[in-house]
Formats: sequence, C-alpha cells, structure tokens
Amino acid sequence: MSRPLVASFFDRMHAHPFFRKHSRKAVIFVPYVWLLVFFLLPFFIILKISVSEMEVATFLPLLKYRDGIVSLALNVSHYLFIFEDELYSATYLASLKYAAVTTFWCLFIGYPFAYFMARAKATIQPALLMLVMLPFWTSFLLRVYAWKGLLMESGWVSELLIAVHADDLLLHLGLITAPGKFMYTPFSLVLGMVYTYLPFMVLPLYATLSKMDLRLLEAAADLGATPWVGFWKITVPLSKAGIIAGSMLVFIPCIGEYVIPELLGGPSTMMIGRVLWDEFFSNNDWPMASSVAVVVILLIIVPLALFNKYQAEATEARA
Amino acid sequence: MTPATAAPATLQIRDVVKDFGGGSVAVNHVSLDIHKGEIFALLGSSGCGKTTLLRMLAGFEIPTQGSILLDGQDLAGLPPYLRPINMMFQSYALFPHLTVWDNIAFGLKRDGMPKERIAERVEAMLKLVQLPKYAKRKPHQLSGGQQQRVALARSLAKRPQLMLLDEPLGALDKKLREETQIELVNIIHEVGVTCVMVTHDQEEAMTMATRIAVMSEGKILQVGAPAEIYETPATRFVADFIGNVNMMEGTVAVDEPDMVEIDCGYCRHRVGHGITGTVGMEVSVALRPEKIRLSRTKPEGQVNQVQGTVRDRSYFGSFTVYNLELAGGRRLKVSESNVERHREDAPAEGQVAWATWPDTAQVVLTQ
Ligand SMILES: Nc1ncnc2c1ncn2[C@@H]1O[C@H](COP(=O)(O)OP(=O)(O)OP(=O)(O)O)[C@@H](O)[C@H]1O
Ligand SMILES: [Mg+2]
Repeated sequence: MSRPLVASFFDRMHAHPFFRKHSRKAVIFVPYVWLLVFFLLPFFIILKISVSEMEVATFLPLLKYRDGIVSLALNVSHYLFIFEDELYSATYLASLKYAAVTTFWCLFIGYPFAYFMARAKATIQPALLMLVMLPFWTSFLLRVYAWKGLLMESGWVSELLIAVHADDLLLHLGLITAPGKFMYTPFSLVLGMVYTYLPFMVLPLYATLSKMDLRLLEAAADLGATPWVGFWKITVPLSKAGIIAGSMLVFIPCIGEYVIPELLGGPSTMMIGRVLWDEFFSNNDWPMASSVAVVVILLIIVPLALFNKYQAEATEARA
Repeated sequence: MTPATAAPATLQIRDVVKDFGGGSVAVNHVSLDIHKGEIFALLGSSGCGKTTLLRMLAGFEIPTQGSILLDGQDLAGLPPYLRPINMMFQSYALFPHLTVWDNIAFGLKRDGMPKERIAERVEAMLKLVQLPKYAKRKPHQLSGGQQQRVALARSLAKRPQLMLLDEPLGALDKKLREETQIELVNIIHEVGVTCVMVTHDQEEAMTMATRIAVMSEGKILQVGAPAEIYETPATRFVADFIGNVNMMEGTVAVDEPDMVEIDCGYCRHRVGHGITGTVGMEVSVALRPEKIRLSRTKPEGQVNQVQGTVRDRSYFGSFTVYNLELAGGRRLKVSESNVERHREDAPAEGQVAWATWPDTAQVVLTQ
C-alpha cells in the first residue's frame, strides 16, 4: 500500500467533509480566481486610468476630500473624443471588417481542410493534425517576417502571383494599390492574418467533425438525400458548435491584432491595435489609450457573450 | 410454406457475395426470394453477415458478386438515395439537430413533395406511432422506446417498396421489447410494406416474422416459417441455434419407407417418418425438451425411452426444467409443463426417472 504522496493527499482531501460538501464549488472556484486576478482586476485598473486626469507623469486620484467634501472626478472626455473623432470610429470599423474578412477566409479554407482531415483514414489523422500544428513550432514573428520576404518585389510568392496575373484581379478589386506590389496592402494584411489564424479555425472544426456519427449521413442518403444535400442538411448544422468556436477564436484576437498590421499592413489598413500602441507609447496619453482599450473590450465582450450562449445551447442539445 | 403464387418475388437476391478482403467473406452465395407484404427475418449469431446483407440491399455496400432485383429492376449501380428502400437503423440514427416532425419530414422534403402533403403525411405518421404530442421535441428529449417509434415513422413516411430493419428493438429492455414487437408488426401490416429485418434474438424472429432465414458464417442454412424452422430444422446448427434441443448421435439400424430406428447405444429411437439414408449411416437425433415426458416407472416397450437420474430441477412457474444424467455422464434436458398444481409423482432431485417421447418428436439430421 504505497500510494504516491500526491495521490494520498488528494484521497484525503476528497475524504474531508468540507471538500465533499463543496467539491463542485471548489473546482469552479479556481478558474474564477484566475479570471479575477488576471482579467477583472487589470480591467478595472485600465478602466480607472481611462477616467483619470493626468498631470505630467502622474494620475490625479479620482476621489478627493477637501473641507469636509468628498468629490469624485470622472474624466470622460476621452470617451467623448473617441466617439467624436472619426479616426477612431473608422479604425474600429476597419478592425471589425478585417477581422470578419479574415474569419470568413479561415472558415472557407479551414472547413474543407478540417472535413477531409476528419474523414481521412484513422491511421494518417495524427500526421495531418501534426501538420496543422507544425507552424506553432516556429516563432510567430519569424513566420510573419517570412511573409514579408515572400511578398516583396522579387519574392517568389509575388513572382508567382504576377505570373498567373493574380495582381490584375487584386488591383481590380482594390486590394492592392499598384500592379505587382503586394506588401503593405489590405491583401498582404488579410493574407498574413488568415495564414496565422487558420489553425485556430481548423482545430475546433476538426474536433466536431471527427466526433460526428457518420451513420447519420447514411440515414440521410437512405431517405433520399444526395451527398451534397446530406452535407448541407446534416454535416454543416451538426458542426455548428465548431464553426462558432473556430470563428470566435479567429475573430476576437484579430480585432486587437497589432503585430500583423504593423508588419504586413500599410497606411490604408489602420487597425485599432495600432492606435492603442500609438496612444500608449508614442503619445504617452495613458487615459486615452485606456479608453480605447475599454471600448475594444466592450466590443469583444458582446460577441463573446453570444458565443457562450450558443456554446451552452449546443452542448445542451447533445446531452 | 412459401406462398405458392406465380408472381415473381418483390425482392430477389441472386447469388450475392460480399468479400471484404483479408480472407473474410461476410456474405457467401446468398439467394433469397422475398414476397410482397412479408416480414422476413434474417436470424443468426453475431458477425454472421446479417447487417452486411441488409446494407447491400440499402445500397451502402456493393456486392462483390451477384445481383439484387426489386420488382424486377436490378439495383446494381443505384446509389442509396435513389433506391425506393428505407432502412430503420440499429442505432436509430435520428438527426439530433432536427425535431421529431422534421426528422419524419426529411425524406419527404427530398422528394420535393408539396408542403401541405408533407404536413399531412407527417401528421398521419405521428398518429400511427402514437406520438402526435412529441412533434416539437428533439430526439434527445425522448425515451428509447419513443425514439424507436420516430425512427420507424421516419422510414415508413416515404412509403418505401421495401423496408429494412436492423435489430429494430435492439436498444430496448426486455419488457418494452416484447410489447413493442406486437405493436411493430401491427404497424407494418397496417401500412402493408414488405420488410426484411435483422435480429439475433430468435424469439423476436419467431414472434414477428412470417418467414425466417437462419444464417451462419455468411451462408443461409434454412429458410422457412417459424414453426417449420423450429419443428423440422434441416441441420444440426439450426436445431441447436433455435430453442433448446437434446442432440443424440447414433447410427441407422432399421430403414423403412415410413419408419426408421436409430441406435444411440444407451437408447434406441423409433422415428415415425422416413429419411433419405442407409442402414449404418451416422446421424444425429434432435429432441426438444418439451416433447419428453418423465415418469417414475418404466414405460412399456423398448424404444423411445431412457433412464436417468435427476441432477437438478428448476421451477419456472408455467414449466419445470429437469436435468437428467444418463448412462455415461450424458445429459438430457426435459421440460414439463405444470398443468397440475402439485404433481404427486414429480421426480425429485437424486431420484431415478424414465424419460419417454412419441415417435413424432424427433428430427433426424444427416448434416
Ligand atoms: N466494412 C467492413 N470491412 C471488413 N469487414 C467487415 C466490414 N463490415 C463487416 N465486416 C465483417 O463481416 C462479417 C459480418 O459482419 P456483419 O456486421 O454483417 O455481422 P452481423 O451479422 O450484423 O453481426 P451482429 O449481430 O453482431 O450485428 C464480420 O466478420 C465483420 O467483421
Ligand atoms: Mg449487425
């Protein structure tokens, strides 16, 4: 009876009346503490800064006490400024737009990818999964820099695109500004973001698609559905949870993306992450930067809440 | 027992083989004729190829050899979605994201049926399986028995020319199963659809089917009505597979046109029907336990009787099963129905008793 020390510790912990009574709560407690310390607390600090008055390099306190009067000073001018200045709203919208376009392309490319991966022979699936995750083994920064080299004039991807006359099409669509010049355009930005975020779309899609009961497709075929109809009526609805999860995993970080727009985007592709950086580190206007951050968070929390709702519904339906 | 009609069978299976490779032939030269309105059961132990045969009918597997004809039309090359055949899956395979109503309507919508007709048909189906109140529910909100009825309604909704049922009641517990068997048969008869069902439960096949095919290792061993299969099994395997049976090995001692005698050493059988065989041939005699009577005294004559010691006795309410030990350690199972409440001369454990049976009780098996 030489149970390892750790195991016996957990045995005793589980046997303790307090734990037995509150085990569920205790388990949920841990992530909540995590969220509280690393998300909610910093958020409130940012929120406080965003409504503070700044004087040279210090923030004035929000609460003041003088002559028996407690006064609370909330400086909302930065928020007002955000909503008045068109630069901000335009940048917010641009961020949403690029995040949405990136999500669309990730879904468009990732769905067939995940589908064939999930339907491949069981023996080669781990290898395919490995290929999806392989890019994570190299630094993200390096990979984005690599695209810079590939898309530069005389980079071989750009040569290839020119050879197949793809630049005419892109120019026609207004995605690049001059023939043969791919860098610092909406095209290079979206390409970089799709490339970077594709695995985040593929993995949840693969997870739902590989769990799907294929007999349902046989049942659909038996009832007269062609493979195409079976795909749209059965496979796609049943992978809804994966589509939502993947889209959120791509969309949310894309909104606040800073590095890719900085390296691959140009002046015409200003995104909110860039504005945030400038306010913090170029203008040193922390209250302004914090206000921008708070608005970004609120912009993201809404879709996140929607996502959670769907997720809960989907898991309930599967029970 | 095959219906003696001149009309060709609805479903004709002609010498069908399915070889998955790797040395396993799942279905081995099967030929069957299934007639209109029949409930035909494929019965066999696990892995004998029942599901594979059914899947070939539905179009999910392509036969390695042979042909399948439905109403004279060869189904080869026809994908599942073009076959006028519907299947009720072993796992039900209900679409989890659709309501009961939409599950049943799924096949009708694929046919491009007008909306009002679909609604009409779905309502009728729901009524047939007694689930009108559950139309709005999702499959996971139903009990196992209700799911089974939805699956049935879904496969019947298109009025298929042939319906396939793979272990239709496999997921239900014993009690619900027995209730549902009758209900299912009634519904099938009401709709008048031809059915091929798969089961490994012989009681289920007996209760539900008009005809049964017993399968083993991909081959059909015998086809016949339930009583025919039970009372006159053609082979040792079938006799053993269906119900309980005592098998006795012996040689033919007397062979006359309407009577044979078989010597098993410890007992001599006189069988009241002729067989195709010769004196000295090795045969098996199959004897059902319920056809044997027990008595404490030696019966008259010398044949169709054997002496043994009661080794155990199990009371089942309506009948009692005795396990007799014969000379040489052989066992004989006897099932006596408990017509009288307390039979005075019922042999007790450890007592010597005589078993006897009429000359119509045995079946002589040569293969
Ligand atoms: N796709 C396949 N590939 C290879 N072998 C298969 C395949 N499907 C079935 N088999 C084999 O064919 C044989 C018959 O299988 P089948 O599923 O028809 O059995 P069954 O009679 O339905 O059994 P059960 O009562 O357990 O459902 C089995 O030996 C099985 O291993
Ligand atoms: Mg089976």
